[in-house]
This record gives sequence, C-alpha cells and structure tokens, in this order.
Amino acid sequence: MTATTAATADAPPPGIRLPRRRGTELLLLAAAVLISVYGYVEVGLARHGTVPAGAASYGAGLAVLALLGHLAVRFRAPYADPLLLPIAVLLNGLGLVLIFRLDQETPKDEAAPTQLIWSALGVALFIGVVALLRDHRVLQRYAYLSAAAALVLMVVPILFPAVNGAKIWIRFAGFSIQPGEFAKILISVFFAAYLAANRHGLAYTGRRLWRLQFPTGRVLGPIVAIWLVSVAVLVLERDLGTSLLFFGVFVVLLYAATGRTGWIAVGLLLAAVGAAVVGSLEPHVHSRVADWLHPFASIERGEGASQLALSLFAFGAGGMLGTGLGQGHSALIGFAMKSDFILATAGEELGHTGLTALFLLYTLLVARGYRAGLALREPFGRLLAVGLSSLLAIQVFVIAGGVMGLIPLTGMAMPFLAQGGSSVVTNWIMIALLVRISDRARRPRPARADTGVIARVVVPEAGADGDDGPPGHGRAPGEDAGARDGRPGDGPRNRPGRRRGRRRARRNGGAR
Amino acid sequence: MIRHIRRTSAFCLLLLVLLLLNGARVQLLDADEYAHNPANRRADLLRYDQPRGGIVVGGRSVTGSRESGGSLRYARTYTQGPLYAPVTGYASQIYGTSLLENAEDGILSGTDARLAPFPLWTALTREQQPGGDVVTTIDPALQRAAYEGLGGKKGAVAAVEPSTGKILALVSTPSYDPGELSGSGSATTDAWARLNAAADRPMLNRALRQTYPPGSTFKVVTAAAALEHGVVDDPDAATDTPSPYPLPGTSTRLTNEADGCEDATLRHAFEVSCNTVFAHLGVDVGLDAMADTAEKFGFNDDGLMIPSRVAGSTFDTDMNDAQLALSSIGQYDTAATPLQMAMVAAAVANDGDLRRPYLVNRLTDARGNTLAHTRPRRLHRAMSEDTARQLRELMTDVVTKGTGTKAAIPGATVGGKTGTAQHGVGNSGTPYAWFLSWAQADGAEEPAVAVAVVVEDASADRADISGGGNAAPIAREVMRAALDR
Repeated sequence: MTATTAATADAPPPGIRLPRRRGTELLLLAAAVLISVYGYVEVGLARHGTVPAGAASYGAGLAVLALLGHLAVRFRAPYADPLLLPIAVLLNGLGLVLIFRLDQETPKDEAAPTQLIWSALGVALFIGVVALLRDHRVLQRYAYLSAAAALVLMVVPILFPAVNGAKIWIRFAGFSIQPGEFAKILISVFFAAYLAANRHGLAYTGRRLWRLQFPTGRVLGPIVAIWLVSVAVLVLERDLGTSLLFFGVFVVLLYAATGRTGWIAVGLLLAAVGAAVVGSLEPHVHSRVADWLHPFASIERGEGASQLALSLFAFGAGGMLGTGLGQGHSALIGFAMKSDFILATAGEELGHTGLTALFLLYTLLVARGYRAGLALREPFGRLLAVGLSSLLAIQVFVIAGGVMGLIPLTGMAMPFLAQGGSSVVTNWIMIALLVRISDRARRPRPARADTGVIARVVVPEAGADGDDGPPGHGRAPGEDAGARDGRPGDGPRNRPGRRRGRRRARRNGGAR
Repeated sequence: MIRHIRRTSAFCLLLLVLLLLNGARVQLLDADEYAHNPANRRADLLRYDQPRGGIVVGGRSVTGSRESGGSLRYARTYTQGPLYAPVTGYASQIYGTSLLENAEDGILSGTDARLAPFPLWTALTREQQPGGDVVTTIDPALQRAAYEGLGGKKGAVAAVEPSTGKILALVSTPSYDPGELSGSGSATTDAWARLNAAADRPMLNRALRQTYPPGSTFKVVTAAAALEHGVVDDPDAATDTPSPYPLPGTSTRLTNEADGCEDATLRHAFEVSCNTVFAHLGVDVGLDAMADTAEKFGFNDDGLMIPSRVAGSTFDTDMNDAQLALSSIGQYDTAATPLQMAMVAAAVANDGDLRRPYLVNRLTDARGNTLAHTRPRRLHRAMSEDTARQLRELMTDVVTKGTGTKAAIPGATVGGKTGTAQHGVGNSGTPYAWFLSWAQADGAEEPAVAVAVVVEDASADRADISGGGNAAPIAREVMRAALDR
C-alpha cells in the first residue's frame, strides 16, 4: 500500500513483494472477537438460559477496538507480526468474558463495563504508540528519563493510603491507577538502552575475581543503583511480585547483553539472599511462604480454607475439560477473584485444556516478541524486545505459578486477563512496542541496486548495527547485505557467508 | 548476543513447561483429593443445585423440593414426614442424610453413574443428571394402619411380604418431620438440637435400629429348633417339663403366667405361652443347635442392608444352660429388631424359606426409566417345609384359641405369637408388648403378609401390657390392610 519502501518502489520482477499478512491478521482478529462473543453467549446460556444482553455490546465494542487496532497496524506498521494484535485481542476478550462471568456472582459490583472502558483506553494508547512512534530507537535517547520517570511513578503511591496492605495505588476522583504497572515498561526501556550501550564495558572490563569478571563500578554502578532503588521501593510498598519481575527481567537482560553466565550466578545468589531476608523479616511474605508450603494447614487448624486452597480447589474442579463457562464455583474464592485469581476461574471452567490453550497464547506472544528481537540487527531493539517478552513470560509464570501452588503467591495481574485498568493499558502499550519492533524487524531492507554482495552498506535502520561484536573487530561482509536484501534470490547465495559471519561474531563476542 | 537471547528464550520455554506440568498435577493428579477436601464446598453446591429425586410410596412421591433462596438452592420437603420418616430418613443441608436418603443418595442427587445415558461421555462432560426416583416396596395402606394403630404410643411395626421379602410397612413412633432438618438456617439447627434432646427419641428408627428382648415371640424360633433337631417329634406329645422349672445349675425356679404347663404338649405350651416348656426345650436342643437355628432366621447378622443398615439381632453363642434356658424364651441377652421378628414370622409363613427383606423395589431415572430392579432372593432356608407347616398350625392355634385371639380376622387364616418381654435391671422397666403374625386370605395361595409389632408404652398400666392385648390389634389392622391389597 505504501510506496515508501525501496523494495516496493523498485520491485522489478513481479511476485517478490514480501507478504505482510495483514489479511491474515484481520481474519485472526475476527476469530478472536467471535471466540469472545461465543464466550458471552455461553455464560448467558449456562446462567440464565438466554443470550445475555451484554453479548452484542461487548462483542461490538471488542470488534471496534480490534478493527481500530488493525487499521493502525495496517497503515502505520504494515510489516508487523500478524499474530501479536489478534492474540492480545483474544486474551483481552477472554479476560472480559471471565470478568463478565464473575460479575454474575456479584450483581452489585460489576467490573466488566469498567474493564471494557480501560481496554478501549489501552487500545487507544496502542494506536497512539503505533502511529506516533515511528522508530522504537527513539526511546533509546530517553533511557535516563525513563528511569527517572519510573522511579517517580513508583514512589508517588507512598503518599497515598495503602489498599489491602499494599501501597501501590493512586486514587483520585473515584479512579485508581497502579503507576508501578507503567514503570515496568519504562524500566525495561532503561535496562535495554543502558545495556545496549554498555554491554562491552560490562563484559570485558574490570577486575577478575576468582572466575568471575567484575566490571568497573562506573559501568555497573548506575544500573545496579536504579535496579536496587526500584526493588527497595517495591519492597517498601510490599509489591513483591513486581520486584521479583524487575529482578527477573534485569538478570535476563544482563545475561542476554553480556553473555556472562556469572551474572546469572550472582543474580541467583542475590535473589536467594533477598528472599531469605525478606522472607524472615516480613510477616506478610512469611505467611505467603507458609501458605505455599502447606496450603491446607488452615483447614486442619479449623480456620477454613485459605485463598490459595480455594484457588487449588477451583483448578482441581476444572479437571481435564472444565465445567464450562458459567458453571463453576470459583466465586468461592471471593476477594480478588476477578483480579489476582482470575486464572482460577479459567482453570475451573475451561479446564486443563483451556488453561493450556491460554498458556500457549502467552507463549506465542512471548515467542513472537523474541522472534522480532532476533530479527533485528541493533542491540537496543533486540534487548527491548527480549525485555518486554520476558517481562510478559515471567509475569505469567509468577502469577500462574502463585495461584496454582507452584511458587509462593504474589499479588499481580494476569496480563490482559485480570481486572485492572493500569495493567490492561500497560499491556496494550507493550504490545504496541512489540508491534513497532516487529514491523522494523520484518520490513524489507531497501535493496541496493541488483548486486548481491555489497561490502558495507550504510542504511538508516542499521545505525547501531555495527556493534554486534566488540568494537574494532571486523564483520563478515555478507551478513548485512544478505539479510537486508529482500530479494529471495539473494538469500541462498549469501547464506554461507552469513553463517560464517555469525560464527566469527560468536568467536569474537561471545566466548572470551 | 543471538545465542544468549536464544538461551533466555529457552528459559521462558522452561517456565511454560513448569506451568503445564504443575497444571496437570493440580487439575488431573490431585483434583480428586481436592474434591474430597471437607473445606471444598463444591460437592454440596452441586448436590443442592437441582431438585432431589423422589422417594415413591404407592406410586406417589412422598418427598419434594423447595427453593431455599440460599447458595444451596434446593431444600427437601416431605409430604407426610412423620409417617414415612423411618423409611425416607432426612436429607439435610447441614446434617447430611440418613436411611433411604442416605443409601440411595447417588440416585436421588443425580450423581449415580447409572443415571447417565452415556456414562463415559457424561464423565467427560460432567453434565449433571437430574435426580432419579427411588420406588419403595412400602404400601401406604399398611404404613398408615400401623402408624395409626400405634397412635401416640412408643413402638414400632415392621411388615414384610413372606414370599418375596418386600417390606410393606416400617413404622416407628413417636416420629418426627424430617422436613424440619432440610434447610441450612437456624430453624434447622434448632430442630436438630430439639429432636436430639427429646426424651422419647423421635429420630430413633425403632423398626430397624432398636433391638428389644423378644420375649415369648422368640418361642417360635425355639419351637422350630426343637422340631428341626428332633427334640420334639410330635407337637401333641407331653414334653416332660416340671412347672416351675428350676434353671439348670441354679436355685432359680422359672414360673409361668399360664396354667397347665406341667408336662404340657408343644401345642398347648405354644398356645398359652409356657415359659417352662420352652426353656426346657432350649436346654434340650443345646446351645449350638439353638444358635444355629436362630442364625438361620437372621440372628447374629450385622450386615443386613435393606439397603439401609439394619441393626444386628443377637442370640448369644457362649452361655451356660441357665442362660440358654432364659435365652430360649427371648430373655437374657437375646435381642431382636422388629424387622427381625417380622422375618421370623415370614419364614414360617413362607414354608421355611426366608427371603432377604428389601425396601427398594426399583430405581428409575428422572424420566421414569427403570435403572435397577430388586429381585427377591433367599436369605436362608430357616427350616424344613414340614417344620414350617407344623409351626403354622401352632401359630394359627394361638389366634384361634390362645393368647392372640385379638388378631383374628374373618375370612382369613391368621397365625400369631404374643410376647411380653421383661427388661431393665431386676425387670424394673416397663415390659414390652410384642406380637408377631402372618395372615393368609381364605383361598389365597400364599400368606399376604408377616407383621411384627412392639409397643413400649411407659404410661400404660403394667398389667395391661401384653402382646395379646396391646400389640395384636395393631397387627390385625395391618394384616387387614394387606389382605385388602
């Protein structure tokens, strides 16, 4: 549609136009909306024997959001991965269905309409980011600003009263937002930008201590400082899930950027020390760990089932195929059933089959994020994609593992599924960034005339491309050209050279 | 960098695999354990989410359901609660279930696998089946006759069809309304406390769960043992029994209420209920043979299910001769439920063939299709046909000219045996009045019914309490209802 890229402009032989898969995306979006509408109908039929009045409005609302998102992608990121948006719409739609279903148990406290409004805001921001942010590398310039903004966002709730034991909320005029959610993205941007710029310093300079190479404090200092401050703030606010999340993303990005296994060891050591200290000093955490180890202890003590036990009961009641939407009793979980414990409703009413499907949707989202990162040639974009994807992966693991008794419970929102405005908005922004990155990654590089091999190509997109190895080391000439050139005829011819180049880069960069 | 990113992606994949494995553990492996955790309310919610199936008496359900308005949606109702309480039991949202409500709970609540038309498919979809009906063998006319016959008195009636073992009536008074226990509110807990604290124990099922000394009605068993084991060959021969009879090895002398018991024939001793003759006969038959015969009638069997559990009736197997003598006239440690004594009468009426008693005729699904049908089965051959014939004669004589004349019904052959059982320390308690009987309409091929009645009425004048006086008229009304069937 756009004639801006060189590939389509030149396009001498017919049939080499790269597939953009926007039609596929539209089809998948239609399927995602239909599945959600089917969910509403099923809830209504199971509960009242009629198609619920909300089915049409929710379905229409979701369809409009999906269509607007699609148009934004079609016109502003035409090469974006066609799976990202449909999966997000499907998860968001299923989340709305689950909340709508739980609303049937609490007629006085309906959450689905609000969630739909927040979803609309999320999609609006998605469109805004896709439309206005033409190049994700712009964000690299605002690394420190992002860090500062994230810290401010995290500190602000301390000034507000605690809600259910955690000081992570800002409340005004009937609205409540959780600024820590937004901080997730900002911190990821900062980590990615800082590590992209300093990864060689982190990997190759500094002192060697036994078998570990420690970088100089000048390089390591700022990032560790910001990470520590953010974790300290979160611990103060008792938002332990998010602090675990920050820690996980930090370690993953550090490893991805430097390739130093030692960092993982140091990270795990720090995590163990941190967990032991927090676990013993914080009664709140201590009880969570005790609950995790013995979920039924409170029943044996005659104090009734703990929330974790009720959640496990719900999952167990689901079995292989689930009870069917609207026919379970996960409402017994009570408090937080629509937010932290929404997965229990999915587990009970959709069963192990449905839950596995949900997990696979998240996995697909994460995999597509990774894929976009791997296809990029500059470290900031790569690290940002990896950071956002692993943020999603770790968050899903921490929540699902928590409510299913795999790890101690930490209160966090299941991305897209759980009730929570800040969360759904943040997740849409994350998807927008991934769409932006994948568009860049899949966009055909402007072809250089018709030569297959070019010694050195300087194109705008590849500005930061040169530092995929240590500075000063040479690169295989075939690598850039081969991957950049969209013409299929060039691919095979260049493959040996590309492989050679990667091998060399590995020898240079990876394993010193 | 690519290599390390691939490794971190592998880490994310590992997280997913952990989640899936853990999901399988929670949802498939441990699900059953979770389902049975007492703190998991799902089973209760599911159970009361739909109306319970009916317990059918005489073609009509005596139970129903009402919307409770709570999270346990339906509560049980009973159309004639006190009348059928010894049959139905209660189905309470707080206190669980008892009797038929308990024994056939799977059918009534809809969880029984037999209710599913395609069991494997239903197990997969976990579609809830509507509760099925339990069709009882109870005949409403007999049940009502027994209930009204007992009136306000404490007592119980059990009636069975001798040829099949069908239980036709099962009454225990004073009774209670199980509907009071259905709900989950404070009214229910109050009713529970009140009923459990009540002095006359209305929730006790006296027909099935209470054992009484059977007194003279046990002489049917002793007579059967004497005839079966050749101690008595001719019921009209003298038995060589002194009156009073000194209990072997003691200085206690056993006396009679009746006259003419010295050296009486078995026929006469049975007619007027001589203690001495039967005590002596029991000793002559011997402990092992007595116990053997008693067990063939169903004594010493704790495992009888109809399908509710029936309390075991006892005849001691380790006694000296004095104890055996007393046991042979239904005293000492001998104890029997009313149902057990109805089984004794039924065995006599059915040519010595004791049928297994049962209370459930059919189980049906909600649409009325039969899922299971109880077929009559033999429990024991209690005695030879010859012995049974001789005992029928003896029992008929009791009604025509002996202690049980009040049970006589014109147009029918009625056999009976009275009993007045002493109980309490030094016989201080009020005696129990017993009557067991069977009735056969003239011209009918087989007896229609066998009945056992026990009346324990503390308010009655002690002299008035006798099987012939108090219990026989109740049995007569029950038999009359049976003959009219």
